[in-house]
Formats: sequence, structure tokens, C-alpha cells
Amino acid sequence: MPAIGQSMPRAASRRMVAGGGRYLDDHAARGEWHVAFLRSPFPHARFTLDTAPARALPGVEAVLLAADLAAVCRPWQTTSASFPGLVSPAQTPLADGRATWQGEPVAMILAASRAIAEDAAEAIAADWTELPAITSPEAALAPGAPLVHPGLADNRAWGQEWRRGEPEAAFAEAALVVEERLVFTRHTGVALEPRGAVAEWDGGTLMLRLSHQMPHQMRLHLAEQLDLAVNRVRVICGDVGGGFGLKMHVYQDEMAVAAACRLLSRPLRWVADRMESLMADIHAREHVVQARMAVDAQGMITAMEIDDLQGLGAVSIYPRSSTVEAMSLLRVVGAPYRFAHALGRTTCVLQNKVPTGQYRGVGAPIGCAVTERLVEKAARARGEDSWQFRTRNLLRADEMPRISAFGAALHGLHHHTAMDQAAALIDLPALRAEIAAGRAAGRVLGLGVAVTVEFTASGPAIYGPAGVGVAATDTVVVTLEPTGELSAQASISEIGQGITQGLAQVLADAVGVPASAVQVGAGDTASSPHGGGAWASRGAAIGGEAAWGAGRLLRTQLLEGAAALLQAAPDSLDIRDGAITDAAGVPRMTLAALARTMLFRGHEMPQGVTPGLSATYQYRREADPTLANNGVHAALVEIDPLTGLVRVLRYWMVGDCGRVLNPLLVDGQYRGGVATGIGEALLEACRYDQETGQFMSGTLADYLLPMAPDIPDITLGHVETPYPGSVLGAKGAGESGTCGAPAAVLNAVNDALAAASGGAVTEMPIHPMAVLRALGAMA
Amino acid sequence: MLPLEEPLAEIACMVNGRPISGRVVLRQSLVEWLRAELGLTGSHVGCAHGVCGACHLRLDGVVVRGCLVLAVQADGADVETIEAASGPEVTALREAFVEHGALQCGFCTPGMILQAAELLLGGGPLSREAIREQLSGNYCRCTGYQPIIDAVQAAGAALQAQAGGAGGE
Ligand code: FES
Ligand code: FES
Repeated sequence: MPAIGQSMPRAASRRMVAGGGRYLDDHAARGEWHVAFLRSPFPHARFTLDTAPARALPGVEAVLLAADLAAVCRPWQTTSASFPGLVSPAQTPLADGRATWQGEPVAMILAASRAIAEDAAEAIAADWTELPAITSPEAALAPGAPLVHPGLADNRAWGQEWRRGEPEAAFAEAALVVEERLVFTRHTGVALEPRGAVAEWDGGTLMLRLSHQMPHQMRLHLAEQLDLAVNRVRVICGDVGGGFGLKMHVYQDEMAVAAACRLLSRPLRWVADRMESLMADIHAREHVVQARMAVDAQGMITAMEIDDLQGLGAVSIYPRSSTVEAMSLLRVVGAPYRFAHALGRTTCVLQNKVPTGQYRGVGAPIGCAVTERLVEKAARARGEDSWQFRTRNLLRADEMPRISAFGAALHGLHHHTAMDQAAALIDLPALRAEIAAGRAAGRVLGLGVAVTVEFTASGPAIYGPAGVGVAATDTVVVTLEPTGELSAQASISEIGQGITQGLAQVLADAVGVPASAVQVGAGDTASSPHGGGAWASRGAAIGGEAAWGAGRLLRTQLLEGAAALLQAAPDSLDIRDGAITDAAGVPRMTLAALARTMLFRGHEMPQGVTPGLSATYQYRREADPTLANNGVHAALVEIDPLTGLVRVLRYWMVGDCGRVLNPLLVDGQYRGGVATGIGEALLEACRYDQETGQFMSGTLADYLLPMAPDIPDITLGHVETPYPGSVLGAKGAGESGTCGAPAAVLNAVNDALAAASGGAVTEMPIHPMAVLRALGAMA
Repeated sequence: MLPLEEPLAEIACMVNGRPISGRVVLRQSLVEWLRAELGLTGSHVGCAHGVCGACHLRLDGVVVRGCLVLAVQADGADVETIEAASGPEVTALREAFVEHGALQCGFCTPGMILQAAELLLGGGPLSREAIREQLSGNYCRCTGYQPIIDAVQAAGAALQAQAGGAGGE
């Protein structure tokens, strides 16, 4: 039986349930000093620091400031040909005299323990001069607004206009125009394992342990900033306690640890505490969106227009740029639907807040929420069932490939198949009857639907032409061990999504061994080959192809060796279940015996036959810049009319991520992604005081995450449309749940409100007070 | 090395079935001491302020948040961590967690298993609501909780089947 397509738990999970996970903070370097940062308590301030009182504390080894690290670390600045004219000032590991966001590191203390280092941070005599701070994106654009960085003309970082067809005419001629202003509050990733760094310098090589999604990329940046040869930097990411996008950026604090280690030649350790994580990990998805949709008399969408204002934070995150989110948002607008006219305006502004960055789903959850809110409004205005409105307007599979009105490449999307499957899963007539009965009994119930298109597994065409040093090709090296088992190293990273298990299954089938006989490692630049790591849901679609290619190469080599030994033609032999067999499947020789002969008894190998026990394959997709996937989400919610609290009672999702390598893992990604999206819709917010700009979400008591009672059981369905351009046909799955859930929940809440009071909510997360206001229960 | 000024205390306790004595930093939490001094890194620190449940361990047989207990408070106590946690409940949970994909990154898992074991030890009915309630102080950012609920139910069923089987013999 092939291993591909089987539900198999990730091999490492056995170790983890026994307490044997090895995360960043589980490693120590002998003689290490502990690091704490003094971070700016103000969103914008000039400062001078007297570190003498801190240095005088027993146990404090050093206190470093911006100038100290400048001796070993160059500044970095985000630029990208994809965002011409981007305004984003250079960054240094520690702010120099002026902090531009609350939580920005300004001094670094090295001490015998973390507690002593924190005491010392407090002992630093800091003289702060508060400067006017900009936190709201709209205020950033106001005429005469204070500047986030002196010397800039205004707070605009980047903008673009997008136009296709004749949008003005389409709106003028429309039978119906619906519009909405939607506000999205920033939130953050909250991987349960915080970021951190453990650094060692041996005089020639910098070794840095990180909790990160892309060890090779970090190796490159560390080398560039610290002026080291890239092969004199080793980055090790062991078990990673969740990434979700927040662990794919260059952070000042991590760079500071590396620089200080290089400067002082001492092993250093820093692990963020939760408050540091909440205030200094990237935030994401702060947008104010004004959008409208034109519909003709037949109920066909003809045009969409969107005006998106994005708050970037104090800089555009390095190296990919925070503006990627706005671009991703724009591409997703209306993507499931058929219309020709589009107008988009994107404005990205700087603010005195921590930089935002790519987080699970990037801009897609917002693009989807905006689109699906307008779809609901249009259907409602027409007095029509929105399911029917969608079915009519969704692109049929035979209308692809095509480029959407907002410029997205669509191929192989089977929306109607997914809709049909979703309708069956949900049992729509029964559910509608149930909702009607519930409403008649006074319950405030609502059903919300969202159709998603998501662009996954970015190929070299995205960051390559942008001039951003991000690898979009990946490599797998596989070796036959003398035990007959396979060991492999992948440039794809394991961050809990289980991709090493998926690759093991691919290698198993490619070579002809059981999946249990394959071990896949990743994350250490000293042993794993160059490649991109974990981003854009690319593990199966790109890493899987690399694993297949490496496995097939190795298979050919092993068959060549065996054929020579057995005096048979290679194509008369096969590899099955760990043995060389004849064409009929009769075992001739185990792989263990073959490996031992090739390795230890080389004198027995025939003349000129040295096929090798290892194979390497680099996969580079030449066609299709991204692989589009699609899905249908539905949420049933109930509102408590007394408290305004929303409960998600049931949830359904149908996804099409192409070939499913391992259903257990894909289902895990779907469900986990939906949970994240429900959190985004109902709970999660990074809040700032409107007057002072103070960050108010610094603990997990203030930043609300979904807990077990908040997430219902999620019923899943699969449509499997393999991507025809690759061997395995997988597309991305890791972010799909998050792309659709906020939209489905928003629509469900508004469905409930429409029936109860005719009100609506337009801000996410959906606050109970806003719900009460929409119900007319509160002024 | 810590400076002379750092206040320390002598403690003696049982850790995972073995008597231990040592000096602890007065302000160090129990979970930090176990992790840093004893190398018991199975208990994790997700927040250090008593919300996430990643630091759960057993203190005198009761599951506590190891980040909210000081190491000195463990003087004379019996401490058990995920590395040594045993008993049929934990064994069944480990098996079921793997089987049902109840962990992805695994960072929440040790705390989750210890907390779920309390419920199984209580022997009450294992409705999905009851399990969700019992685990409401343990955050998981990866799984969406459903596979965890599945695993706890499955472990409960496996234990009942074992008990039923034993009773029948
Ligand atoms: S680390 Fe103790 S509850 Fe989070
Ligand atoms: S498995 Fe990652 S936090 Fe639960």
C-alpha cells in the first residue's frame, strides 16, 4: 500500500508526548550569560541612558547600547522591486537615541541570570523625552500629522493603484451597488513557544540557535549584517513550538544577541517572555477598508472597488516587507467570482507601533472577509439567498486558467464541486429549518458562508524579480543507511505542521520502503541543504517534489548497484518494502544487504559500478508563480442577547489542496487554521490607548486567545484536484483555515443580527459591545 | 555563576520518585528550577504568568502551574513532571494523543496530558463539553483542540475497556 495518502502521525510526536521535545530554551551553552533588553516604554521618545547603576549591580557582566553593537553589526533596510519607492528607514539591533515603537529594544544587559539582567534593565537611569506618537493609520495620513520618522515628507510608506477594465462605467451602469467600510484591528501570532536566541562564537564560526521558520535565510542575514562569510554562520532550529509566520522575520532582539556574542565572544541566551512576545513579535492585519461591488440586473457581479489603508508599524519588516500583506489582500479580492472591472487603491502608512509582518494567511483573510461581506449584502439587497448568488457568480472550472480582475492567476479551482460538497456536509435544508425553529423560539442564530481562494507555494517568480534574497526552491538529500533505512535532510522546516512526516511518506513510496523506515531531519544549516524553509504553505507542494525527485534518483542508483551484483538488468528489478525484488515481487536481496555491500565490501562490486548511497534533488517550479487553492467555509453562531457574546456552535470547511499526502496532517492544518481565524474574528486584538498610544495587550489575560470551549468541532470535507504541473500534485493547506474563518464568522454574526434587529457589525474582532449596539440593546 | 548577593535557600524534595536536595534561587519558579537545574525540560514556559498551562506539573499529586509556584515552595514536597508521569491514564493519553494527531508543535502537550489525566482519574463522564471545560486553562495554538478532545475521549474509552476486560476475568 502506498504511504502517500495515509494518515500517519508525525514520528516525533512519540518523543513529544513523553516530554522529549527539544525547543530553543531546552538548550544551554556552557558559561552562557543571560540577556534581557530594556525596551522603550513609550511609542515614540528620545532618550539618553546612564548605564552605570546597572553595571554596578552584582552579577551584571555588561550593558550594551546601539553604538557598541554598531561596531559589529551593519544596519539593514527593507527594499523590494515589488514595492518601488517604499519608505522604510534602516534598522539597527538597538535603537539609537530615539525609539519609534513601544517595546523597541534600546539597551541590552548581559548577566549571570535573567532575573539579574531584568533588575539591571530597571536600574538603567533613562531620560525619556516623549514625542508625539501616531498609532491609528487614519491619523497617520491627516494633514500636519506628527511624523513617525523625522525628515520624511509624510507617513506614507507605499501605495499603488490597480485598474482593470472600466470600473467607473461599470459602477455607473450597475443595477445595484453595495458598499461597506470594514475595520480590522491588528493581532499577533502567539506561537506558544516564544522567540529567542542562544548564540556561541568559537572564533571562526557563529552558531545561533533560533526558534525560526527559515534557518538558511537567517544564516544569510546574520552573515550580511555581521560581515561574516555565510558559511561561517550556522543556524540551528530544533523543535519549533509553532511559527505561523511570526518566526520568519529579522528581529532587532535576535540580531542583537548574535552581534553581542560576536563582539564579546561569550555564549549568550535570550528567550522572550510573553510580554516581550506580545509587544515585539510582528503584529498583523491592521486595515481600514472601504469597498463596493457592482451587480447587474441579472444578479451578476460586474465590478469591485477597494480602498485599503494598511498600518505597517514603524518600519516595513525585513526582508520581505510588511506591504506584502496589502498586496496579498488586493489579489484575493473577488478572486472566486467572475467580473471584469476592478479598481484598487492601497495606501500603507508608518505608525509608532511594532512592525507588522506576514502571518498565517497574510492578506487573504481580509480580502476574503471584504468580498464575502459584500456578497452577502448584495444577495440580501436582491432578496435572494446568498448561496444561490454565489453559485451563479462563482467561476466555473472551465473558465480557468485566467487572470482575475485584481491580477491573480487562477487555475484548477472547482468552486461548484466544493459548494455542492459543503451543502451536503452541512445538510443545508435541515440546518435552515433548525435556524428558523431556533429563531422562532427567541434564539439569535446566524449562518455565515465564505468562499476562499488562496495563493500558496510561491515559486521563484515572486521574490526573485523583487531582488529579495528568499529561496523558493527546495532540496532533499536522502541516504540509504546500512540498516536498510533511509535518512534524509530537507531544506523545508518543521514547525509542528508535520511536514517531515509527509516527506518521509513521499520518500518511502519513491524508493520502495515502509514510511516507518524513513527519518527526515531539517532545521540545521550544517546538515540540511539550502532552501526556503516554512512559508507560504509550501512544504508539500515544493518540499514534496524535492523528496520525490531525491527518492527516485536514489532508487535508480540502488537498482544499478543491485543489478550489477545480481547480474540482472536494472529494469528487471524493483524495490518493494525495503528489498530488491524481481519484476514479480520476489525478494532477491534486502536494501540493508545492498547498502552493506556497497559500503563495507566495495571489493565485491563489479568494475566501474559506484552508484552511491545518497541522492540530492533540487526542485524548482518553472510554471505558475503560485498555486491557487480553494475552499468553502460555513459557521453557525449564536449571540447571547444579554451579553453580546458570540459562540460558534458548528463549523464546516471543504478544502481543495490538491493531492493530500497525509489526511491526518492536512486535517490538523485545516482545523488549526480555522481556530486561528475564529480567534481573529471574535477575540484577538492588539489594542493601544487612543490618547497615549500605550500598548494594552501585554499579557495573555489582556490578549484573548481561543480556548477549548471557544472552538466547536469542525466538520471537514475534501475535494482533491491535483496540480497538474507537478508529480505529486499537492498545493498548500496550512493557511486555508485562517483565510476563510474570519469571513464566515463575520457573515454568520451579521446574518443573526439581520434577523434579530436589522443591525450589523463591521469591525474585527467582533466586540460584544458592538454586537449589543447592533442589536439596539446599547446606545 | 551567581553573585554572592543572590539569596538562596536549601530545599529537599522528591522529584520524579528520587530524593533531591539543592540550593535554589529564592525568586526562581519551580518550573524554571526543574528545567534549568535538573534538566527536566518537558514542562514548558508559555507565559510565566499563569494563563497558558504549558508549565503544568504535579505537586503532591495535584496538577499545578509550575510558573506560579516558587522552587522553595517545593521543599518537602513530591514533584512529578511529564518525563516521569506514569499510571494507566497518562499511558493511555500518550498513545491517544499520537494516534489522533492531538499535537502539532507539541509545546502545549505535556501540560495538556497532565491536565487531561486529572479528568480521567476523576472517573466522571467524558462528554466533549466536560473535556473542553477541563482543558480550558490549557492553550493550544496549533490544533484547534478538536483532536485533543478526540484523544481524551479515546483514552477514556480505552481505559474503560481495560477495566471492563480485567473485571471480566
Ligand atoms: S507558563 Fe505557567 S501558565 Fe503559562
Ligand atoms: S500543539 Fe502547538 S500549541 Fe498545542
